[in-house]
Amino acid sequence: MSGIRATRRRRQSVLRWVVVTLCMLFFAAPLAGMLDFTTKDAQGNRTGATWAKLVDVQGVSRDYPDLAAGFTASVGLAVLTVVVMLVLLVPTMTWVRLRLPGLSRTVEFLCLLPLTVPAIVLVVGLTPVYSWVTYFLGESTIWLGFAYVILVLPYAYRSLDVGLRAIDVKTLSEAGRSLGAGWGTVMVRVVLPNLRTAVLSAAFLAVALTLGEFTIANLFSRTNLQVAMFFLGKSDAQVSVAVGLASLVFAFLVLFALSFVGGRSPSRKETS
Amino acid sequence: MSRGVAVQLTDLRRTYSGVNALDGLTLHLEPGELVALLGPSGCGKTTALRCLAGLEDPDSGRVEVGGKDLTRVPTNKRDMGMVFQAYSLFPHLTARQNVEFGLQLRKQGGEQRRRRSTEMLELVGLSAHVDKYAHQLSGGQQQRVALARALAIEPQVLLLDEPLSALDAKVRTQLRDEIRRIQLEVGTTTLFVTHDQEEALAIADRVGVMRSGRLLQLAAPQELYSRPADDFVADFVGLTNRVMGTSHGMTVQVLGADVPLLPGSASEGPVTVLIRPEHLTVTQDAAGAAVVISSSFLGAQGRVVVSPGENLHPVLVQVPSAVVADFSPGDRVTVRPVGAPALAIAAG
Ligand SMILES: Nc1ncnc2c1ncn2[C@@H]1O[C@H](COP(=O)(O)OP(=O)(O)OP(=O)(O)O)[C@@H](O)[C@H]1O
Ligand SMILES: [Mg+2]
Repeated sequence: MSGIRATRRRRQSVLRWVVVTLCMLFFAAPLAGMLDFTTKDAQGNRTGATWAKLVDVQGVSRDYPDLAAGFTASVGLAVLTVVVMLVLLVPTMTWVRLRLPGLSRTVEFLCLLPLTVPAIVLVVGLTPVYSWVTYFLGESTIWLGFAYVILVLPYAYRSLDVGLRAIDVKTLSEAGRSLGAGWGTVMVRVVLPNLRTAVLSAAFLAVALTLGEFTIANLFSRTNLQVAMFFLGKSDAQVSVAVGLASLVFAFLVLFALSFVGGRSPSRKETS
Repeated sequence: MSRGVAVQLTDLRRTYSGVNALDGLTLHLEPGELVALLGPSGCGKTTALRCLAGLEDPDSGRVEVGGKDLTRVPTNKRDMGMVFQAYSLFPHLTARQNVEFGLQLRKQGGEQRRRRSTEMLELVGLSAHVDKYAHQLSGGQQQRVALARALAIEPQVLLLDEPLSALDAKVRTQLRDEIRRIQLEVGTTTLFVTHDQEEALAIADRVGVMRSGRLLQLAAPQELYSRPADDFVADFVGLTNRVMGTSHGMTVQVLGADVPLLPGSASEGPVTVLIRPEHLTVTQDAAGAAVVISSSFLGAQGRVVVSPGENLHPVLVQVPSAVVADFSPGDRVTVRPVGAPALAIAAG
């Protein structure tokens, strides 16, 4: 009996490794291809010239001004998106949970809605809005951040929702209030510290999404990192691919950090 | 001892989509007194406490503490310490930091805070656990910290909403006695909500029994037990038998004996008499009309269930545990009231 079970277990573990390996190959192959492509010169010899070019910050902003601008824009976008998203979502979701539980379904629906709207439709819908934004706030790539907030809403909502579910917001905030804290204090000193993990993961997801966004920026004829890479690809494929690889690895690291942070409960701090 | 202030709730009403959670609740707490609110689930105990805390706004009525009208004052300005049924320690803070939270908001200096939190944690017997987080404490310990946290701010009123209901029986009685000791020590006027009658009777100066958003009776535990205002209170507080009898003005004839009637009883004709199991005796009697149905040993006491006659409801009789074994099912016995005053309601 136990022999059969052991055999089955061994078989399952073999199967698991096969699957993992296949997945790794699936993801690693293109990356390896990119690495290979960016480390060859015209004669097919190995060279680090492309990467050396990228690391030289001044060189990049001189030789590839669009790429530098796109990079700066994307970083700015990531920051704006994260800030607006958090300021919008955290108080709203907390408040709905505390005071308007009847609205929670509606809020969830609204937040998840962007998942079902294709980027192109979003752009069509946003075009008139953005003509106003441009009119009032001036012409700048950074305002794309508002569209990105909509884009990251479902993911951010999910992470924050998980965080809010894990704590008893109602009791905690009532305890805080009975001890003399106003709503602002409750938010900053009671709710936020206990949502740390959720807020971090929402922020990480927003950053990863923003850095990888192409469609909306391109359709609005704005230059962010991905758009710059795309156009660079037509003139200098090697640099473009190298940047692509770098940003992929960066996004991967962000997600890796996220799973690391998420795996730890906020209250599991050491006491000594 | 002199810190307590009086609390007056006047004609509080609160409706939730058609349900009258509070239906004209009026309640007075003397300075330094511990009043337990007792009642079945959904009778409005929590709502009453939350109205006093300011966590719920009454539709009408008044909340006064120490002579000041607080009805429209927000929770954080009311200066009330609360302990909740659910564990409510801030998970990201240690026990000490939890206790210091309210002091920090009151802008107390670090030294002063530390002294106060040490003192409070000592009071609840947790000096050894000051640097632990909630998840490192047991349920009982968490509620102790919550109590220390609530008392640290020297609240005008202490509010406890079933703080023990998540704990197991042993810890519950222990912590309940400790809450009473601490309450007497600090002298804070306290409202304690519970649906456990034993808990209420054990620690309260006075117990208020609620039903459907209203206060039925507010009295000291002994009085509540021996002179219930109506059958609901009699049923809810302690066990009670319902036996048919005939009322003659001041007394009622029941189970072959005359028993004085409590005020508020139905005074003429056939009635249902509410008699406590300890107010009945049972004796072996071969010629008796009653038959033992079952007997059980409960440690300090025993109970015998007896059928007093054909077509009559069985009654529960409390007996010393030493004699439980003398009664076995089928034995012929006689049941008699000992003569303690009883409540009678119109038969129906
Ligand atoms: N937020 C609310 N929304 C709707 N109805 C409510 C709300 N809070 C209380 N109620 C209703 O008001 C009534 C009284 O509730 P309350 O919580 O005060 O009862 P309770 O005596 O504390 O009961 P329990 O012993 O179960 O805690 C109940 O019928 C309950 O359904
Ligand atoms: Mg309740």
